[in-house]
Amino acid sequence: MTLRQTQDAAGTTPERDSVVVRGVAKTFTTKTGDVSALEAIDLTVAAGEFVALIGPSGCGKSTLLRLIADLDAPTSGTIEVFGKPADKARRDQDYGIAFQQAGLLPWRTVAANIALPLELHGLATAERKARVAELAELVGLTDFFDRHPDQLSGGMQQRVAIARALAARPRLLLMDEPFGALDEMTRERMQTELARIAAETGAAVVFVTHSVPEAVFLSDRVVVMSPRPGRITTVLETGFGSDAARDEALRESPAFFDRVTAVREALHGVPVSATGREGR
Amino acid sequence: MTTTAAAKSGWSPVTERRLRVIAPIAVGLIGLGLWQFLVSVVGVSDYLLPSPASIAAQFAEFGPAIFQAAVLTGTNALIGLVVGTILAVLLAAFAARWHAIDGMSAPIVAALAVVPIVALAPVLNSMFGADSQFGRQAIAALASFVPVFLNTFRGLRQTRPVHRDLMRSYAATGAQSFRTVTLPTALPYLLTGVRIASSLAVISALVAEYFGGPRGGLGSAIATSAATSAYARAWAYVVAAIVVGLIFYLATALIERLVLRRIPVGGTQ
Repeated sequence: MTLRQTQDAAGTTPERDSVVVRGVAKTFTTKTGDVSALEAIDLTVAAGEFVALIGPSGCGKSTLLRLIADLDAPTSGTIEVFGKPADKARRDQDYGIAFQQAGLLPWRTVAANIALPLELHGLATAERKARVAELAELVGLTDFFDRHPDQLSGGMQQRVAIARALAARPRLLLMDEPFGALDEMTRERMQTELARIAAETGAAVVFVTHSVPEAVFLSDRVVVMSPRPGRITTVLETGFGSDAARDEALRESPAFFDRVTAVREALHGVPVSATGREGR
Repeated sequence: MTTTAAAKSGWSPVTERRLRVIAPIAVGLIGLGLWQFLVSVVGVSDYLLPSPASIAAQFAEFGPAIFQAAVLTGTNALIGLVVGTILAVLLAAFAARWHAIDGMSAPIVAALAVVPIVALAPVLNSMFGADSQFGRQAIAALASFVPVFLNTFRGLRQTRPVHRDLMRSYAATGAQSFRTVTLPTALPYLLTGVRIASSLAVISALVAEYFGGPRGGLGSAIATSAATSAYARAWAYVVAAIVVGLIFYLATALIERLVLRRIPVGGTQ
């Protein structure tokens, strides 16, 4: 973390908020009329903070992430990333992004996929190779360097995507249900790894998910959203702190179950009956 | 499908695979035998239908001439195929990038697709002189252009949304996106276009020779032989034309296969 801060010291203070969303609304124009996807969204993500966005389908959580990434423009309101307008932050490569689909280029090897953003931004070959080796090590794919994506499992593909998102050393990671297509066991392992990686790199993370345990396990704060129009209904601190070890013990701790219940109640808008506990 | 068919017919996969090679050869040989039988035993006139044996004899006798003719026509077809492919890919790239160009080129391409070679060949031959191969090459290029353009254009539109988002998140320039994502995605489509165009290029180069221009190609040789009632020789040249067409088709199919093996496209997220 200290290393990163000295690297990025130019013009930004380490305490500066990663993301500041103010009064954002997004309306999509469709054939059948305007659809309001997001309304009156205010959200601040501190430096190094892990924030999960959770809510039912159509609550606009992915849309909000896309707005932060400047993949879409808000209809009204402002979004700042590290104190800059979102489009400037995108052009400055201030964030890394991963989607539910790994989105790897099938004709490139694992190494070439990780190297893609570095290549596009003209990093020298030697530096690039060193960085790619470092990233492959970080996500545990050193042995699969020369494979093509179709030779990897879904979990491995997603690791490559995460390594690629981290390639340019962003201080903000935007993740749109990156584990949504994985089986439960792979998913939990990936969560543990992501928590480790986020802690190691000190990057802030905005993480879209519709899994309550996933949101609680990973994040410092869980932002609960509701649909039609998408808005933020509740923000819950998990209270685990960024120092707490994200491991199996946490998953089985009473505090974890408490938080899961709290988030579920916030999602459903009412206290959940004991019998409904198993559902997600 | 084939395995279930094999299971039904009770053949093992190995037999099935062998049959797939042997069956067409057997059919071809039986056909040739029947043909020879019709001519030499039933007594169908040699003018109506030269026997396979006499065609083979002509093939042997005029071997070097046939080879030269095949090389000439093949060269014209190849130049046409290459030039037509390059032009088609360039125009498709522009059309995919700028809708205005797409709008402008769509009617032209539609018109090119229906241009009759028969009508164009004499015009081009008289335009570029009696001793120029240019007209023939231009016709082969024209014939190649359409399938390559249509397939490439379609391929350039297949870029996946997740890749487009990714390139936007990298603030990649248009040229960078084209080179790293759009073109590789379109490559299988482009190659399919080239494979289709390869046969068309040979046929067009050959047919164009019927309408004047310098002598020497397969097309003019077929026309001359037929005109002098040397039907067996005409057939020998036809056989050579078939061989040239097959070589083009197989070569492009092989390139397609090799590239697709190097560039796995399916089976990934």
